[in-house]
Amino acid sequence: MTTATATDLALRMEGVRKTYQVGDEEVVALDHATLEVGGDEIIALVGPSGSGKTTLCSIAGGILAATEGSVVVGGHDITGYSAKQLTDFRREEVGFVFQSVNLVPFLTARENLLVVDEVGRRTGAKAKDRADQLLEELGLTDRANNLPGQLSGGQKQRVAIGRALMNEPSLVLFDEPTSALDTKLGDQVVHLIRDEMKARGTAAIIVTHDDRITHYADRTVHITDGRIDA
Amino acid sequence: MKLALRELRRKPGRFALAGAILTLIALLLMFLGGLLDGLLASSTGAYRAQSADRIVYSASAKSSLVRSRITPEVRQQVEQAVGEGKVGGIGSVQLGARMDGRDGRDLIPVALFGYELAPTGLPADPPKAGEVYADRSLESEDVEVGSELRLGPARSPVTVIGWIDDSQYSGQGTLWGSLDTWREVTAANRPDAVAGDGVVQALLIEDAASDPTTSASVDEATGGATQTLTIDEAIAAIPGVEQQQATFNQIIGVTVVIAIVVVALFFALLTVERTALYGVLKAIGARSSTIFGGVVLQAVLVTLGAAVLGAGAALLLDALIPPGAIPFVALPGRLLSSVAYLLVAAVIGCAFSLRRVLRIDPASAIGGSA
Repeated sequence: MTTATATDLALRMEGVRKTYQVGDEEVVALDHATLEVGGDEIIALVGPSGSGKTTLCSIAGGILAATEGSVVVGGHDITGYSAKQLTDFRREEVGFVFQSVNLVPFLTARENLLVVDEVGRRTGAKAKDRADQLLEELGLTDRANNLPGQLSGGQKQRVAIGRALMNEPSLVLFDEPTSALDTKLGDQVVHLIRDEMKARGTAAIIVTHDDRITHYADRTVHITDGRIDA
Repeated sequence: MKLALRELRRKPGRFALAGAILTLIALLLMFLGGLLDGLLASSTGAYRAQSADRIVYSASAKSSLVRSRITPEVRQQVEQAVGEGKVGGIGSVQLGARMDGRDGRDLIPVALFGYELAPTGLPADPPKAGEVYADRSLESEDVEVGSELRLGPARSPVTVIGWIDDSQYSGQGTLWGSLDTWREVTAANRPDAVAGDGVVQALLIEDAASDPTTSASVDEATGGATQTLTIDEAIAAIPGVEQQQATFNQIIGVTVVIAIVVVALFFALLTVERTALYGVLKAIGARSSTIFGGVVLQAVLVTLGAAVLGAGAALLLDALIPPGAIPFVALPGRLLSSVAYLLVAAVIGCAFSLRRVLRIDPASAIGGSA
């Protein structure tokens, strides 16, 4: 269990409930979930399909708003945020690595990192320096000007990680980061994620089915039918 | 925005089809506009060439130069009403012209005008009897300075002593001489239409700069014997001018609607294709307004490119069409207004994608269903 204090928690969710209305029926995707993630903690979030792990991840990242409960990310209480506030919050505070990588196909590796800056308040030279630094740390300097189509699966995944780290987030959310990779590459990527997160002291939640990740994570959280298992 | 520009630059093929269709639409739009302008130019030139402000017809003429007659008495009343402004008579007759070197039956259709107040570009005094200035469009009929034209069945000779630009009337080239020349030629060829001494078809008025004459005050002074119009009103009253304008403007309107539909369909399709990408961009914090701004920017740039190509093609067409073949002119104002219409069409067309962009859920970037 984490020993972090409340002030340096990357995420605190308390009694979060998320329901959807499907016809006349109310579907509960997340049921009174309570979760704390320390400032540099890596959490593996494991559960069967439809168990609510994506919902939890989306609420933690400000993509979905909770129906009930409170959510605090990196000291920001986003519980009552409007859609616009959530958009700004995501841009400033959270990093995402998506399952299918989802790089912009007509942008180079470097430009894919800079997209984060371009969609928000532009910092220009500062963002370029940060992108170059991240590419170097991720071993992609010589690939900076390649389009995604010219990169291997592992390299694309690294670019996606770089993009997630561009805004110096308090929390990075990984959605099945190894599901599309073979065993060897998956292993490398998991290593990389752990090294990068630990080196930066950044917290991460990794949604996964992959046992290798649970092995590298600080803590594994199981979720079933929208409830976090004690 | 930068993203949208980069996509345009790096994936131009994606926009080629829409660009090509919009280029053709732009050319069609400018061609239609050019035809309208050409038709109008060839039927209204004689009026537009006037430096006068107003034209006075007899009240019974129903704004038609041919049917109008102004007697010296009426003229005197008009002159009194105008005061310091200038008043000059004008008369016209349409005839076939023969010229040396052409077959005797190969007549050049011309309209001969007699004038007192010079049209724009001609010396203040009319040429002496038997001499005329010719509209430059007659160059395409091999008329030259010094050519002798023999007008009408009586073959009344007139000699061309210079040129006047853009003064066509009823699609014909015009000749400009003194009122005496006009009277003589009319008397010889159209005894039915001959006007008595001092009688003209209409009067042109140049307002005194300090005090513009009102049309109503002139008509009042003549006791309702005249109908006075501004030159613009007189142009609109030329038979067919308003109908031509209305018809062409309707076709131009439909063409602009087609441009809107093309942009709307194309960018709606492109937006559907990019749903996943936009979902990711929204998830990492892009606002809908930023994304939609990019769509509009692309549509405007593609349309602008197409419009410039269309304008280039219209200018090329203008240069290639032999003078007198079809009444087409590429006027800068028309080309620019066509570009403006197309750009407005691009923005309106994009608006149909707005709802789709707004509806894209950033949650779609993650995992799929909850």
